[in-house]
Amino acid sequence: MDTLIQILDLTARSAIPLLLACLAGLYSERSGIFDIGLEGKMLAGAFFAAAAAAVTGNAWLGLLAGIAASVCFALVHGFASITNRGNQIVSGVAINFSAAGLTALLGQSWFSQGGRTPQLGSEQRFGPLELPFAEALSEVPVIGQIYAELISGHNLIAYFAFAMVPITWWVLFKTRFGLRLRAVGENPAAVDTAGVSVVWARYRAVIVCGILCGIAGAYLSIGLQAGYVKNMTAGRGFIALAALIFAKWRPVEAMWACLLFGFLSAVEIRYQGVELPLVGVLPVQLVQALPYILTVVLLAGFIGKATPPRAGGVPYVKER
Amino acid sequence: MAETGNVDSRNGSSDDQYAIELVGINKHFGAVHANKNISLAVRRGSIHGIIGENGAGKSTLMSILYGFYQAETGDILINGVKSHIGDSLAAIKSGIGMVHQHFMLVHNFSVLENIMLGAEDGPILNRGVARARAELERLETEYSLEVDPDAIIEELPVGIQQRVEILKALYRGAEILILDEPTGVLTPAEADHLFRILGQLKEQGKTIILITHKLREIMAITDTVSVMRRGEMVATRKTAETTVEELAELMVGRRVLLRVNKGKANPGEVKLSVRDLTVRDSRGVVMVDKVSFDVRAGEIVGIAGVAGNGQSQLLETIAGIRHAESGEVLLDGKPVDVRASADPAILRQRGLAHVPEDRHRMGLVLPFEENECSILGYHSSPTYLNGPFLNIDSIRADAAEKIEQFDIRPPSCRLKTANFSGGNQQKIVLAREMERDPSVLLVGQPTRGVDVGAIEFIHRRIIEMRDAGKAILLVSVELDEIRSLSDRVLVMFAGKVVGERDPATDESELGLLMAGVGADEEVEAAQ
Repeated sequence: MDTLIQILDLTARSAIPLLLACLAGLYSERSGIFDIGLEGKMLAGAFFAAAAAAVTGNAWLGLLAGIAASVCFALVHGFASITNRGNQIVSGVAINFSAAGLTALLGQSWFSQGGRTPQLGSEQRFGPLELPFAEALSEVPVIGQIYAELISGHNLIAYFAFAMVPITWWVLFKTRFGLRLRAVGENPAAVDTAGVSVVWARYRAVIVCGILCGIAGAYLSIGLQAGYVKNMTAGRGFIALAALIFAKWRPVEAMWACLLFGFLSAVEIRYQGVELPLVGVLPVQLVQALPYILTVVLLAGFIGKATPPRAGGVPYVKER
Repeated sequence: MAETGNVDSRNGSSDDQYAIELVGINKHFGAVHANKNISLAVRRGSIHGIIGENGAGKSTLMSILYGFYQAETGDILINGVKSHIGDSLAAIKSGIGMVHQHFMLVHNFSVLENIMLGAEDGPILNRGVARARAELERLETEYSLEVDPDAIIEELPVGIQQRVEILKALYRGAEILILDEPTGVLTPAEADHLFRILGQLKEQGKTIILITHKLREIMAITDTVSVMRRGEMVATRKTAETTVEELAELMVGRRVLLRVNKGKANPGEVKLSVRDLTVRDSRGVVMVDKVSFDVRAGEIVGIAGVAGNGQSQLLETIAGIRHAESGEVLLDGKPVDVRASADPAILRQRGLAHVPEDRHRMGLVLPFEENECSILGYHSSPTYLNGPFLNIDSIRADAAEKIEQFDIRPPSCRLKTANFSGGNQQKIVLAREMERDPSVLLVGQPTRGVDVGAIEFIHRRIIEMRDAGKAILLVSVELDEIRSLSDRVLVMFAGKVVGERDPATDESELGLLMAGVGADEEVEAAQ
């Protein structure tokens, strides 16, 4: 029971940055702007959040700085692919590269710790929140344990990430913003002829994407860890992208996909070097490769046809 | 300036019998003068037709009226008031609605969502949905435009999708409705229904502008008609006071033969024979269902039908592009392995030429030069080769010859294919396929997007091929074209050949067959 709860707890922790990045991608791609720059934006968010938190001593200012940095990158992507109708993949790749380079450069020149930011104290990060009665209930078997150890004890950003799932669903399907966002990703000409600005609708989606990526990055550097380490996103942005396709661009499915990938990395962390009956010690490399192998296998055949938004990746140009 | 036989709308005489007045509109696209000093007055509560060939500037003019483009000079007066229409929103606010040729609908949205888009009534949808539903119900009963508000667009037939477009405009309070080539995708019955709806809208006092290149429609429902040619408004007539011949001449700028002149067919031996051919598409849906027919040397067999009833798949299977599930095809009496190994290259060598339905997707490589496109599929012929290399000189000489024979304009074999007009692109494909002296010619939509002058030329060449003893299978969604070219007409509906008729058969009977009504019991039509 304890092991199971431990693994599930690890699952949730690993899934949170994926979930935030995946929802970020969902807003952008549903509006027709493909975004492989999730990774870069998360990285920028993580670095600037940690840097600002270290300098100001305030976690909230750190979070804001992370969001601001990520939104800046998102706007660059928007400017390239919406305003100038550039290739969205190229722009995304450029963002990943420049974020990786910029964070390393600034990290070294500001803090001189080989690209790290200084270790953050508890004031400078989002610590775990103890939900009411967690202590009292922890003695109750199963339900109490789950409540105290699995549900309680995460930081604010974690709860926010899971709250974003129903919120995103509601925004997408029950608001004017969502209706236009989905329409602009399927048939921008229909939106244009209805007298609504395609450019503005897409920019708004891209900005929301930037905000969520920034939060995802901040979760890594000032939530989960106590400081920024070089290249700390480690491909999570790409896994989030895989989860998005896996979830067929739908919010609730996105949560399940991220939890699945989170579960795999939890298994990886938990069973690294542990002797298992029959198989012996699993090679670390194999365990680490599992999420990626699963992604390839699942995407190659097991999820059926994932139809992306019809206008995805295509810059909108008025005809003729 | 173009002489307009128009009513006295000049001098800003804005008594309000006109819903729309355009005065001196000019618009360039690069070097192309798309609209030259256009003036037009549309009387309130009337149906006003605008005809012209492709590229005559009709769509540009309407896009200016709908705020998609800005005119360089000129004024737009709506109900006598000078208006600036800077974008589609301004057009909608002025009471103008537009039904585009390619519907502006979101394919995976419901009817209701499509209608609300851009007119949602507040940031949260709930309230808007309720209002839209009620309003939709009212519009539906008022104009008898029944549509299920919760149906998903892509599951609706095109005729109903078009109805949604009309409802969308009415929901936004349109008083003036512009329809751009509305009948291109409709069956004759659906087109008639549309015309009844338009008549009803007119009775309710709405003003309708109908853009089309089909003269018959103009004669059937408009009150007034304006003709555009090469960016100019060349004439405006009361429909009752003009004739089809006069309008065609105005459109093209010279006398046009509307009726195809052809002698009696002289069918010889069977060249192409299709037996029980069944084809499924990638989703496993039966697209061609046990189709059998013969095509003889020296005859044109036309396949009529509304787009999407299996004609495309039939043509592609015979051409070897798509494989059949069962059935057989005989070419010159010898079998073609349509189930597995049929291949367009081999079939070409055996004397089967194919003019594909979609010349942009299958017939041409648009960024290629004309001479390169003119050898596609025949590029391994020794004439064009010099050892392993292309013999550029011979290719260009050959292309130049075809350009002359088929009157391809501009006569330059070094021009990019994309820069030719639709009609001339089609001639490039026809020249390539016809000049190899095939014994069987498959022709799909030979005049889609081709203007009246070129249509006449293309039709004549097809008849010449027939008279030279070729077997020709013609697929077209234009019923007029099928009737005037074919010697026998097969009608396809839902993948089956539902009947064979003489081309002189009454149009309404063919139209009903195309909708699956009155199908023959004996499906084996062409034995």
